Amino acid sequence: MSLGSIFDIAGSGMTAQSLRLNTTASNIANAETASSSTETAYRARKPVFAAIQQSMLNPDNQGLSLQSEQGPGAGVRVQGVVESAAELQMRYEPDHPAANEDGNVFYPNVNVVEEMADMMSSSRSFQMNVDIMNTAKSMMQRILTLGQQ
Amino acid sequence: MAISFDKALGIHQHALEARVKRAEVLANNMANADTPGFKARDVDFQAMMQRAQQSVSGFEMSKTDDAHMDTSSGAAESELLYRVPNQPSVDGNTVDAQQEQTRFMRNAMDYQASFQFLNSKFSGLTKALKGE
Repeated sequence: MSLGSIFDIAGSGMTAQSLRLNTTASNIANAETASSSTETAYRARKPVFAAIQQSMLNPDNQGLSLQSEQGPGAGVRVQGVVESAAELQMRYEPDHPAANEDGNVFYPNVNVVEEMADMMSSSRSFQMNVDIMNTAKSMMQRILTLGQQ
Repeated sequence: MAISFDKALGIHQHALEARVKRAEVLANNMANADTPGFKARDVDFQAMMQRAQQSVSGFEMSKTDDAHMDTSSGAAESELLYRVPNQPSVDGNTVDAQQEQTRFMRNAMDYQASFQFLNSKFSGLTKALKGE
């Protein structure tokens, strides 16, 4: 328990949010990437967030404390990036260079509106974590002036 | 005659510690604002202060054997409570970012107040030592 751990917590939040922004950028950039088969088509990528429990960070305490499982958290982590299972968009475009023998091309299952909303949400959350870090910084600086005239 | 810092500083050092603890919990809530299923938490500040008051006034449990459970730090953990959401979300997350931010800000202000008190205690001690 210290002010220092707030930096780790807010930092983990910033890392997670910037990864989310990264996947969003990748999704929007590839929104119009046509492909000739369902296997090679780009699929929307989504990060999976999970809370970090403090007991995971210091395993020595595990089992000793009754509350080890419900102790204060220690930030957020990205468990992985999954591809969206939503259906791909099939369009009939026989003139497209990537069209298959039926004249169809497959467009990614990226919902641009959804991605834009995701982008705004992640940038707001990132901003919030920066604010927390700033506040924690000024709190820490203040404690360093303790006892000064 | 040595100065007992514990006696001189009173409750303020514990208040400051509790404020830091609360800031940590609130920061964790906000870091997990987008984690599905995460439940927002907060500390019971009043209970923390009451326990600090007890330790100041001398009624504290002491460990006489290694097998004894740690009551001081363990009790701090049990003060962690879950927030009641006013607007439940579909993914089970109960963090209200705006509210958490407001609480964090307020907590930082209260921290500043506690710090001011603590600092005054120190400058009082310094003045007494210098005989001003």
